[in-house]
Amino acid sequence: MCLAIPGKIVELEEKGCMRMGRIDYGGITRDACLEYIADPQIGEYVMVHVGFAISKVDAEEAARTYQYLAEMDQLEEIAVPEPSREIR
Amino acid sequence: MKYVDEYRDRKMANKVAAEIHRAVTRPWAIMEVCGGQTHSIVKYGIDYLLPKEVELVHGPGCPVCVTPLEMIDRAHAIARQPDVIFCSFGDMLRVPGSHGDLFQVKAAGADVRIVYTPLDCLRIAAANTSKKVVFFAIGFETTAPANAMAVWQARAQRIRNFSVLVSQVLVPPAIAGILEAPENRVQAFLGPGHVCAVMGYREYEPIAPRYRTPIVITGFEPIDLLEGTLMAVRQLEQGRTEVENQYGRAVTPDGNVDAQRMIRRVFEVCDRAWRGIGVIPKSGYRLNDEFRDFDAERMFELGSIHAPEPAICISGQVLRGLKKPHDCPAFGRECTPQNPLGATMVSAEGACAAYYNYGRHLVKVPSAAGIS
Repeated sequence: MCLAIPGKIVELEEKGCMRMGRIDYGGITRDACLEYIADPQIGEYVMVHVGFAISKVDAEEAARTYQYLAEMDQLEEIAVPEPSREIR
Repeated sequence: MKYVDEYRDRKMANKVAAEIHRAVTRPWAIMEVCGGQTHSIVKYGIDYLLPKEVELVHGPGCPVCVTPLEMIDRAHAIARQPDVIFCSFGDMLRVPGSHGDLFQVKAAGADVRIVYTPLDCLRIAAANTSKKVVFFAIGFETTAPANAMAVWQARAQRIRNFSVLVSQVLVPPAIAGILEAPENRVQAFLGPGHVCAVMGYREYEPIAPRYRTPIVITGFEPIDLLEGTLMAVRQLEQGRTEVENQYGRAVTPDGNVDAQRMIRRVFEVCDRAWRGIGVIPKSGYRLNDEFRDFDAERMFELGSIHAPEPAICISGQVLRGLKKPHDCPAFGRECTPQNPLGATMVSAEGACAAYYNYGRHLVKVPSAAGIS
């Protein structure tokens, strides 16, 4: 029920008195209400739930945390080096 | 799809799971709050990747599941009226009331429609001015901004033939209720990522230290759930009881303040009954006085509706993490998604339905640890 899907803003428009946008979900596009998003820009990603964008996807934060996970076991090796490798 | 595919990467999942194996030294029970998280965990078999010490127990965060049977009967009573167009999210249509589900109400001649967003109801209302359009406004805080906007826009656009049957529930009072129960065995929470995208996580900051229980705000993809579990295990192992945010790409500490403002304009906090659990004080929203003209319960005289639940169903204990689906003698026998006996079987996001849909009624799974 509380699922929200990340999608890219590809168009901005005013409909009625609401700020709306066309959102692209990997090839499928649908309208979503952007009233709750401050300064939405074409090309930005938003999380959409029941036709409403509820937050912007923070691209820097996503890259930073994913990078952290990717390097996790390498960090482990740096923190606990195997003595035999050190000697060689 | 960007922000989806990379969070389903098998290699990365194994890597994070291996880190959990390294971090754990003793048994821990961690509850994921959301039904969507439960569904992902069972679908991807994430619990099978975890060390035997880490048990995931399934929480009450499925709004379809916890909507009281009486409320569903009320919805059906409204939908059956001849001048009504009854609109709902698709997942409520299959949920049985005391006498069949909304599909059956529709088959008997009622005008029942599935909507993608509550804003669809306004278009339907404008196009059908001789009808009363009623929307079944269920959900947690994630859905509240959308439902609030529909009511706000209806007033702004002077749409008079639109009303909402509100059954909105809130996560923090449910978490506190679980932790206050003497029989509680939950030691940490994976918090509700999309609820917090709207609300932020300030409300959770007093809960974690008060009950000495770590809370990690967590997303819904496999890597999110594994990383959230890793963060919770590390807190438990180190004796920390903090709120941490695994889902930083979508959640900020203060959440979406514009959405929160709209919720406050339209709704007020009230006591709510949760199916399988009972009344939890201050655990839901209702329309405030300014918007009472849009309240379907005021618009339609329904009288009092009482609906008894089958005595055999243990969904209340499943929702609080005390029992697992396999602990129920009816699970997969008398009780299936086609013929659900209670809350956790009625929606695909309920623990019992998720276990059944992914074939777990066919395999022997250990029951809730420590519970005989």
